[in-house]
Amino acid sequence: MSLSPDEVRKVAELARLEISDAEVDTIARQLNAIVDYINQLQQVSTDGVEPLAHALDLHDVFREDLPGESLTEDEALANAPARKGNFYSVPAVFGD
Amino acid sequence: MLDLTATELLQRQANGDSSAESITQTFLAQFRQHDSRIRAFLHVDEADAIEQAKAIDAKRKGGESLGKLAGIPVAVKDVLCTKGRRTTCGSKILQNFVPPYDAHVITKLKEADAILIGKTNCDEFAMGSSTENSAYQTTRNPWDLERTPGGSSGGSAASVAASQAPLALGTDTGGSIRQPASLCGIVGMKPSYGRVSRFGLIAYGSSLDQVGPFAQDVRDAALLLEVIAGHDPRDSTCVNTPVPPYTAMLDEPIKPLTIGVAKQFFGKGLDSEVEQAVRSALKVYEGQGAKIKDISLPHSPYAVAVYYLVATAEASSNLARYDGVHFGHRTEKFAGLIDMVKKSRGEGFGAEVKRRIMLGTYALSSGYIDAYYLKALKVRRLIRQDFDQAFAQCDVVMGPTSPTAAFKIGEKADDPLAMYLSDIYTISANLAGICGISIPCGFTKSGLPIGLQILGGPFAEEKLLRVARLHERETDWHKRRPAL
Amino acid sequence: MMSYRTIIGLEVHVQLLTRTKLFCGCATTFGLPPNSATCAVCCGLPGTLPVMNRTAFQLALKAAVALNCTIATFTKWDRKNYYYPDLPKNYQISQYDLPFSSEGWLEIETPAGARKIGIIRAHLEEDAGKMLHDERAGKNDSLVDLNRTGTPLLEIVSHPDMETAEEAKAYLEELRLLLREIGVSDCEMQEGSLRCDANINLHVPQPDGSFVATPIIEVKNLNTFRGVERSLKYESERQAAELQRNLDAGVWHVDATRTSKFRDYRVSPITQRKSDGALGPVSKATAGWDERTGRTEIQRRKEEASDYCYFPEPDLVPVTVDADTLERVRAELGELPAAQKTRLQSQYGLPVYDAGVLSRQGRAFVAYFEAVVKQCGDAKEACNWTMNDLLSTLNDRKLDIKESSLSPENLGELISEIQATGLNKQRAREVYAVMLDGLTAKQAIDKLGFKVVADEGQLLELVRKAIAANPKAVADFKKGKVKAADAIKGFVMRETKGMAKTEMVQQLVMRELAKE
Repeated sequence: MSLSPDEVRKVAELARLEISDAEVDTIARQLNAIVDYINQLQQVSTDGVEPLAHALDLHDVFREDLPGESLTEDEALANAPARKGNFYSVPAVFGD
Repeated sequence: MLDLTATELLQRQANGDSSAESITQTFLAQFRQHDSRIRAFLHVDEADAIEQAKAIDAKRKGGESLGKLAGIPVAVKDVLCTKGRRTTCGSKILQNFVPPYDAHVITKLKEADAILIGKTNCDEFAMGSSTENSAYQTTRNPWDLERTPGGSSGGSAASVAASQAPLALGTDTGGSIRQPASLCGIVGMKPSYGRVSRFGLIAYGSSLDQVGPFAQDVRDAALLLEVIAGHDPRDSTCVNTPVPPYTAMLDEPIKPLTIGVAKQFFGKGLDSEVEQAVRSALKVYEGQGAKIKDISLPHSPYAVAVYYLVATAEASSNLARYDGVHFGHRTEKFAGLIDMVKKSRGEGFGAEVKRRIMLGTYALSSGYIDAYYLKALKVRRLIRQDFDQAFAQCDVVMGPTSPTAAFKIGEKADDPLAMYLSDIYTISANLAGICGISIPCGFTKSGLPIGLQILGGPFAEEKLLRVARLHERETDWHKRRPAL
Repeated sequence: MMSYRTIIGLEVHVQLLTRTKLFCGCATTFGLPPNSATCAVCCGLPGTLPVMNRTAFQLALKAAVALNCTIATFTKWDRKNYYYPDLPKNYQISQYDLPFSSEGWLEIETPAGARKIGIIRAHLEEDAGKMLHDERAGKNDSLVDLNRTGTPLLEIVSHPDMETAEEAKAYLEELRLLLREIGVSDCEMQEGSLRCDANINLHVPQPDGSFVATPIIEVKNLNTFRGVERSLKYESERQAAELQRNLDAGVWHVDATRTSKFRDYRVSPITQRKSDGALGPVSKATAGWDERTGRTEIQRRKEEASDYCYFPEPDLVPVTVDADTLERVRAELGELPAAQKTRLQSQYGLPVYDAGVLSRQGRAFVAYFEAVVKQCGDAKEACNWTMNDLLSTLNDRKLDIKESSLSPENLGELISEIQATGLNKQRAREVYAVMLDGLTAKQAIDKLGFKVVADEGQLLELVRKAIAANPKAVADFKKGKVKAADAIKGFVMRETKGMAKTEMVQQLVMRELAKE
């Protein structure tokens, strides 16, 4: 399996990354080198093997339904790139 | 004073021979003198460090009880959140990010009365093995300024190697503590997954990331781990089991000791000088009565491939939040929301981060998730099973930390795959969730440090540290310092 | 007008009644000032981690058990990745391949009798924030409020088992009643704690006995019960017309080569020419319901399914549910509305309608009714008084049954008093009104000075007087107009200011008239 420039563009779209046309070929080449390497996994027999998403055998971790400290509006919005009143301000969605 | 370990610095303060302020001043002076060349630190607030030190001295004077790291400067990798202090992850996208909270490990350091001396450079979002991927600066190896300190915690490793701090914190997702420790000739340890809280550690690969110590010797590493380890209700993946006093039993050797040696850790690509140094280290253990046992970790050759699917898949999702909407960099010119997000991310992330986000997104996308992400998770289980079988036969597994000593800056910059392969021996520990440590075990003819990697089973930190300490007592590699 | 079957499935989101959010300690209170109930965790700030709210999981479990779902012994959470400004992490923590519950049912009342609506799954996930569109001064931007971000949501997906808009509404009402009764959610559609999307299409019979399926439309943002009913009625008629129009114009084609089985019959999909000239399926589309215009507006047809890149959430650990836990949850559920309705019919002999009205008012109301019965011993009268008088009083005063100033014991006593004294309905209502101030029936009757006239001699005298005074009524009665007796009774009532014992007057009037 290898990625075509069009697939690279599609993945970039899915990942919301702007990639210039000039970058597409380089990225495709680099990703394909990595994907080629990764394809060696297909040699490993994994019939009947359950995926291991987490090495830790831990379950049923909960917190109680007790109020914790919230941030003030100013603290919450302190890192916002754009703010309007006590809201985060974002450009309108178009082209969606 | 720069050559003293944290343990010795604590003793000097207790004896009244040094103050926290004088210690901090000494390390800051070293920073001022050398960091313009080494570039280990991203942010240092000298006045603030002195203030912290004065407060510790006042506490001591007032007869108050003091924490385990009272007056000891600790450098912190800039992926760990510090309340009210910029935390950038070495990325432009977080250039102005100021967290309103401390990472759990930072809280632990503060409670232990440590001095937070500064934030260290790293590969952007901890993605890299050379610290060249920082958006801000390239950190240099104190042993040879033409070479990298390794990565991604290269700033923390270099700061300790250059005696700019006696202790440092790094993070290890695929070897990012052990590999730079090896390349910088110091001790670096990755605890078992779940031993240290990840709260406030800016995520790269959530199922792999762990915070761990850098130190000049094993005792200091044990001391720092003792401080940061332990349960935190804010991290669901942090276990609620007691932390053994790692320093207490450190000098007690493990007897009998069986060391597993896997042929997969001595294969193609291993530098002969590195191999020789590691073999000599094994001899040291044999000399102390340890038994060497040949074992096999048949799936470890696939660890790099598994890692670059699992870590990047998690990263593609973890880094989705940097979109210029709620925090982080927002581009100036855009046409609508989607364009704003794409441009902000395009500008804010460096090439390696973009590459990994792309790879991870691809691995999770429909049509590929079975062949890539899920396949990788299955092989991950096989890797874990290999270790379970190994630790049924031996106490620890030993081998080289890195296939080569420090490589030159720029040497692998254009070949991502070659860079990835420099973590070939460290990655499987993260996938399996086990603990590992790198300790100095020799030097190349050209004077570059070589590290011995020791791996222990899940939550076998105490045993791992005692085994590491045994080698340290018999050798003096850890006492060498670079000529700056 | 073609005949067709309407196929409806509902996807319902309810907010769980927790004090705090699903993964952090922020408040879930509705209507707080913007961005005043957020923290580093629910804002998705770097380095923060989620920790599961125990109560949220317990409430979700309770709901799924009440919905007769199979509960998974092992469940995990997944990340659903998509970019939207109301989702600060740009992924939603939800459940994908191992939801904690699946395959349940909810019974609804239909004109044809009770029917079980199948439930595909119910899972626990986090809510997103709110977007407001700022159109002031031509500004083309949006505002984001993250207060709601991270609120625990239970998503309940039904099978496409509903066949009319009325059934969809009934399902939603039954679901709301159940979830309120067991304290899982307050289900306020106006506040968004109950939200509904509907998938709807038509199966139109063909001459050969098979059916053709119209493309599925997902109607979004249904935020009133009436809206659910109206929009689905409108949409089914719209789809029927669209099918006819597009088949006639040759735009749509019935693809009889790719049929699938639905219930006990076969269904063919619709195809149309795509940009490359080949025939392809018409994809599912979303539509918004416009309450004002009473129309659904098709928003977009999805060319391909969204790719959410689901994968297991590494920051959370799995949850297990053992048999003991399930047993405990079942025991704590108590009597559910459907079972209660059946019991009210069998135990008290109530008609199905009355039992339905009572159980729809909730457990507390039914408990009140039962306490009234216990006091007075007359279920029929207890039902009449609670269902009619008490319910309208509570509605007028916007009170909950628990806030009623009239105790069930007092109401029961009133009913007994009526039976004992023969107080007529009109006077009894006056007594009831006074009792709302907290008085017992006897106190209220004393206060009003009501004294029932039950002396036979006294009443007989009045009846005779009435007969003498109303010769026309007597004449009419004799001609067979039974109603004419009312004038005689009315005379007696007027003479006693309504305090004559009704049954006694009735008897005496009939006896005396018969003598005439």
